[in-house]
Amino acid sequence: MAIRLKVEKRVDVPRWLPLATSIGSVVLAFIIGGIIFKIVGGKPFVAARFFYQAVFGNWAVFSDTMVKATPLILIGIACAIAFKMRLWNIGAEGQFYAGAFGASIVVLIPIIPLDSPKVLVIGLMMLMGMIFGAIWGFIPGYLKAKYKVNEIITTLMLNYIIINWNNFWIFDKWSDRGFQMTATFDRVAWLPRLADYAKQFKAFSGVTLHLGVLFGIAAAILVWWIFRYSRWGYEIKLIGDNPEAARYAGINISKNIILVMAFSGALAGLAGMSEISGVVHRLQESISPGYGFTGIIVAWLAKLNPFAIIPVSVLFAGLIVAGRELQPAGLSFLLQGIILFMLISSDVLLRYKIHILPTDEETA
Amino acid sequence: MNFTIILHAGIATGTVLLFAAIGEIFTERSGILNLGVEGMMLLGAMAGFSTSLTTGSPWLGVLVGMLAGGALSLAHGVVTIHFQADQVVSGLSLTFLGTGLALVLGEGLTGQNPPLLLDYNIPILGSIPVIGPAIFQDHGILVYVGYLMAPMAWYYINKTRPGMHLRAVGQKPSAADSVGVNVYGIRYLYTFVGGCLAGLAGAIISLSVSPGWYSTQTTSGQGWIAVALVIFAQWNPMRAALGGYLFGMLRRLILDLQGPRILLGFTNPLYINSNYSFFLIMTPYLLTIIALIFGSRAVAKKRAGSPSALGLPYVRGERGK
Repeated sequence: MAIRLKVEKRVDVPRWLPLATSIGSVVLAFIIGGIIFKIVGGKPFVAARFFYQAVFGNWAVFSDTMVKATPLILIGIACAIAFKMRLWNIGAEGQFYAGAFGASIVVLIPIIPLDSPKVLVIGLMMLMGMIFGAIWGFIPGYLKAKYKVNEIITTLMLNYIIINWNNFWIFDKWSDRGFQMTATFDRVAWLPRLADYAKQFKAFSGVTLHLGVLFGIAAAILVWWIFRYSRWGYEIKLIGDNPEAARYAGINISKNIILVMAFSGALAGLAGMSEISGVVHRLQESISPGYGFTGIIVAWLAKLNPFAIIPVSVLFAGLIVAGRELQPAGLSFLLQGIILFMLISSDVLLRYKIHILPTDEETA
Repeated sequence: MNFTIILHAGIATGTVLLFAAIGEIFTERSGILNLGVEGMMLLGAMAGFSTSLTTGSPWLGVLVGMLAGGALSLAHGVVTIHFQADQVVSGLSLTFLGTGLALVLGEGLTGQNPPLLLDYNIPILGSIPVIGPAIFQDHGILVYVGYLMAPMAWYYINKTRPGMHLRAVGQKPSAADSVGVNVYGIRYLYTFVGGCLAGLAGAIISLSVSPGWYSTQTTSGQGWIAVALVIFAQWNPMRAALGGYLFGMLRRLILDLQGPRILLGFTNPLYINSNYSFFLIMTPYLLTIIALIFGSRAVAKKRAGSPSALGLPYVRGERGK
């Protein structure tokens, strides 16, 4: 019996469907990734068990995964707020580096005496990280608002620029005895970790989870609130959905482009601060395995929902953790690409209903 | 520093940008924005390099590199043309996919030495003083093909019947459809053409211009620079070629600045502290932004160049674009 496909436009989308397509995309992507891995000579099932062990195996490794998830949460939210307005900020990677630089100068110049209270030092590092990230987001925002310059390319070019800028300082002025890194920061500049409280709570010994994860959760709540209750959030959504209508409604689009880009940059900058203050404790060359780009996929997979970004970040953090050990090295990158591809392809299911009909029941 | 040497090197590296940018011009003229150029180039570079290594034929490598870029672009085609997905996000995922595939399949290629494309001289023209040696000597055949590519692409797009169909589909797909032009077919075709040319650009890097496989450093963002070049060139292949060569020359000039001890009568700061070279490395990216500012202002002023249906999916009977 022959069959034919009948495609019709969906009038309304069932609530469960977006979640189902997201999960389906990830599962399908893992299957395809596994097949490719098999073709290049890997053992997919061994790798999968390894992946599970490396991510959720015990508290220590799960804490390690959460540490990797922290910058992803902040960057995912940074991307989500820009994407809501259909602003393609793909420079979160650069804004992350800018934030790391801003936070570092607090300690390295130093801007504040290092015998100040920890709260002040950390607070100032957060502020400077956010300011530098915001500047790195402001530039493409301003160019887009003022001269209609494509933000995709400017944000990307700014990534290369800031990485070389940081490298100059790391290799030159702040180099620690000629190594390609600065000296380790004074402990006052370290974000508190659970392991610091191992004396009081035995279970915390060796647990690297640091305060930065709370920044991520706070950012998720803030952005959720902005979109749910604030006028600004409404304006952003309207510009994203229908710029013409927004213009007629008298919304200042140029101002919002600049604001959203700077805000997005500030969140990514905070991620940079949290990473150097909570994990590496100094400025060095490779502080990111591509968090800025993975954050894009995280935001998209979470359908730009700030709370959904948290679990999705944990999944991708797992990919990064496992990817460090897995060979060949590009595998986690490949998997991320396939996931994103499956995801946008599956969106067609949200727009159209596809019926499979036997030809003899043909109605259309 | 010698003008002939800088021009020579600029043309060689500029050829890479030329092919990638012209490919993207074809794709965008049909209304499809493919931001995956970097991924397609990297995959093309890897496939070309690897094929030449296993078969011993760099030309087979070029062919496979082209097809690899083209095959990848078809994924973008299906997702954006049939599934009407967002072209920006699809292009980004294509970059991830291409980069990931290239890294996974290119494992172990670093340090290998496959046969490379040979350089040739053009008789007579090569003996023109100053520019002859730069333009017509010691270049790969594909560099010479590049000279013809830009005017041919310009003529094809602006003066031929298929070129007119291409422009129509990018400007007003519903009108093109109503007179019987196959909108989907044309969009697939030029997405594929753009992919092949990006793959070719990648293979030129790994087999000729800067031979070797250095994972993501092989292309180091040139695919994105090519995308920027398309806007700067206002979708005109001739301007894209010119921009590509200029950019190539600048890259070489930046490299050469690190050599001499005395520069324009002053002590070369790079000679005192080689770390200043980090500022030189940023220059091409900074220049891309500056070029884009000028290009965007020109586009905004003339309201011309950009295909009006660029980035929009076409559904028959929906939205009267």
